[in-house]
Parts: sequence; C-alpha cells; structure tokens
Amino acid sequence: MSELLTTKNVAAEEEHPTTRRVFLAGATAAGVCYAAALGYPIYRYLASPAEMAANEAAVTEVTLKDAQTLAPGSALMFRFGSSPAMLIHGADDSWVAFSAVCTHLGCTVQFEPQQNRIHCACHGGVYDPHTGKNISGPPPSPLTAYKVKLLPEGVMVSRA
Amino acid sequence: MKADRNATVGATVYDWLDERVGLTEAREFASHKRVPVHAQSFWYYWGGISLFLFLIQIFTGILLLVYYRPGAEAFESVRQITYVMHFGWLIRSAHSWAANLFIFAIVVHMFSVYFMKAYRRPREVGWFTGIALVMLAAIFGFSGYLLPMDELSYFATKVGLQIPASLPVVGPPIATMLRGGPDVSQFTVQRFFALHVVILPLLFLPLLGLHLWLVQKHGNAIPPAEEAKPANMRKSVPFFPNFMQKDLAMWLITLNVLALLASLFPWDLGKQADALLPAPAGIHPEWYYMAPFQMLKILGRWLPGATGEITGMLLFTAGLVLWVFIPLYDSEHTGGHRARVAHYFGIFAVTALIVTTALGYWAIL
Repeated sequence: MSELLTTKNVAAEEEHPTTRRVFLAGATAAGVCYAAALGYPIYRYLASPAEMAANEAAVTEVTLKDAQTLAPGSALMFRFGSSPAMLIHGADDSWVAFSAVCTHLGCTVQFEPQQNRIHCACHGGVYDPHTGKNISGPPPSPLTAYKVKLLPEGVMVSRA
Repeated sequence: MKADRNATVGATVYDWLDERVGLTEAREFASHKRVPVHAQSFWYYWGGISLFLFLIQIFTGILLLVYYRPGAEAFESVRQITYVMHFGWLIRSAHSWAANLFIFAIVVHMFSVYFMKAYRRPREVGWFTGIALVMLAAIFGFSGYLLPMDELSYFATKVGLQIPASLPVVGPPIATMLRGGPDVSQFTVQRFFALHVVILPLLFLPLLGLHLWLVQKHGNAIPPAEEAKPANMRKSVPFFPNFMQKDLAMWLITLNVLALLASLFPWDLGKQADALLPAPAGIHPEWYYMAPFQMLKILGRWLPGATGEITGMLLFTAGLVLWVFIPLYDSEHTGGHRARVAHYFGIFAVTALIVTTALGYWAIL
C-alpha cells in the first residue's frame, strides 16, 4: 500500500508539480497559524499564575511592621515577593535576613536558637545563622542574604 | 536514495505497528466504508459537527477546571478566570458558545435523522442512544449554567428546580435533594459541579461510544426517496479520504464560527448571586429551554397554579415518550400510513418548538 501511495504521489507530482507543492506549503502555513492562534492564548492562560508570581518576586524591599520588637534569639518568617524568608534577631542583638528556601532542594528552612543554626528538616542541611553560609549537609551554596534596616515603625528588608 | 530509505523506515514502522495493533484490518475496514451521495447528503455532516463541538467542550472544560473552584468561591473563581487570567475570558466564552452551538448541532442532527427516517430497523438503538445523549446534553447545559453563580444562573436554577418541585408529594423532596437544601446555595453549586464534570461525562462517553459504533456498524441511512431507487442507481463516495476531507472542512468552519462568536461576543459575567436581591428585569431561560418555558406560560393561563405545571410536565413527558419510541411505530421501510403519521408528528414537533420559542422571545424583547 505504501508503494502504491508513493507511485500515486509521484504521478500526481509529475502532472502538477507546482500546484501540489504550493498547496502543501499553503496548508502547512495555515496549519501553523492555527496552531499558534490556539496555542498562544492557552499558553498565556495556563502561565498566568507563574506570571503573577514573577511580578510579585520583582519586589526589592518589604517593610515588616513592628518587627523591631522581635525578641532576641528568635526569628520571624515572612514572604519576600512570592517566596518565604526569615528575619533573625540574634541573641547578640544582631539583625539578619535570609531567604528561607534551602539551596539544596527548595524546602523551607528553620531557625533553631538552641543549636544556634538554621536547619533544613528535609535532608539535614545546616546553615550559619549569622551569615547564611552552608556549614554541613547537602546544601551546595549559602542562603541568599538580604539587607536589614531598623526603622521606628518596623524593619525594612531589601535585596542586597 | 533518501526517499528509498524513508520508505523503508516507514514500512518497518508500519509493519511493526501492524503486527501489534492491526493497522491493515483498520484500513481494510475504512476502505469499505462508503457514504451515500444524494440531495440530502448535507445533513450527514451534523453528527460530525456535534462530535467536534463535544470535543471542544471537553478541551475548554478541562482548561476552565484549572482555575474554577466550586462551592462558596464559585463566583470569585469565575471572576478571576474572566478578568484576571490571561485569555480566561476567551476560554470561558468559547466553552459557553460551544455549549450553545453543540445543543443547536445535536438538535439539527436529531431532526435530520428523524425526517430521513434513519431511525428505522436496524438503527433503532442509534436513535435511542441519540435521544439519551440529547437529554444528557440538556442536563449538561442546565448544570453548567449554575457554575458561575451570578444572578442569572442563580435565578435560572431556582426557577428550573421549582418545576419538579410542583409535582405532588414527591416533587419537593426531589427538588430539595437536587439543590442540597431548601434554596439554591453553595451546596447546589458543589453538587452541580460534580454532576457536570464527573457524573454526566461518565454517562455520556460510553453512550457516545455506542452511538458512534452503531454508525460504523450500520453505515449512513439513506432517505426513503433514495431507498426507492434501484441499488445501482444510488451514488456514494468512499468515507476515506473523500468524505473525511469534507467532514474535516466542516470542523474547520465550525472552529472558525466558534472563534468569531467567542471573541467578538464574549460571554458576560453578571453580578454575584444574592438571595436578597430581586430577580433582574428581562430574565429569561436559555433559548433551548425557551419552548418549554413558553408552553408552561401558555398552559398557566388556562390552568393556573401547580395544575398548569403538572399538566405541562405530563404533556412533555408524553410527547417525549412518543418521540423516543417512534422507531417501534414506524419501523418498516415500505412506508404507508405509519410513515406519514410519523412525518406529520415530526412537522408538528418542529412547528411547536419554533412557534413557542418565537412567542417566548416576542414576549420579552
């Protein structure tokens, strides 16, 4: 049957070579246009939340109201754009802020004041609570650090 | 040389698949399938158009499902789909328009089958499954209409469920069960949602499969005028590729019509449903419910109160039963008295539907 088809195609091609080729090219072009006209709105529709998150992530600073009252040796979790972040008021009265997303596989990390560490429960990653540096376990890189500024009405955290 | 290699690769893949899934048998089957050609051949496209629109409903329905939330947040989620998500308005509009075009196409398909007498032996089951599919489509429409939970959908559902509620004794508990309470609420949306996206598809798809299988098994019916001709005088074309090309062309036309309607006349989202607000002025049912709505209104003039609604429901049920069982009455291909009665019954049904629909719109426009 495939032989038969080929012979037929060749015969048709010999009779009207241009017409056939032009038709196929036109049909392909029209098909591509349809696919694009249908595919583009569907892609944008499905991508909407990702775009919104990207817009949120574009923030460069956030002011945490009344966070200056945070007790020493404790942490405050907050959203920086669309991802979790932590503000740590160290026992030594230092103020630091990091992204709370583990650099290994993306779990949310936790400040543990007793052990004086930032710990990820998923795979046991440990970070330094003063610098965000990865100390032990699987994390390949430090937590992203943010700039912290104490204000009378709260704490302003911004991208470094 | 290159063409040769391509042919060999093609042949190898073909042989591999053929041995495992039986491509040659399928092709053999397709090559014998022929479609009759005659003055009424145009109506053969409408089953395919209906199928295409149903596929669009599945596709756009799944896309809406990505953001739709039933229950208390129903309106808010549809508002987001319509105004927040990119092109959400277009996908929702396409789903609503395709729903209406689908109902229209299956009604055209049903009446063309009826007047071509394609329900006669041995195609009775094709007719029965077809009617069941029409009824399921009507319930699809009714349940889907509530899901945005705006003013119109709220009142349409309220009124629609009031009709079975007028039946004595069994009516009120049935209506309460369907609503999930004494009034249309978030519980109603939740269960209509389950109906619309799970229960109805589960019923619809196997019935559709049977319906399509029967078309393959028996082939296209020919109208009595063609049957009267000797077999060698009847014309036909192979289904593959001749008729299929035209079928696909019809699908493309349908897609274009849908794209124009959905984008130029985007489906509206009304105000959020509020039980304390009065029904909006000029509220009326969708066009495919306009005929029964108007018939009930006319009956209500002669038989006020629940009597009118009960009489109406009895009349519809009686008409529907006659309609469903017409193949058992008019089953012989020889024609005669029964064939004529069935034909006039069909004309009466079409006329009644068109006139009452027109009267219904006349009253509100």
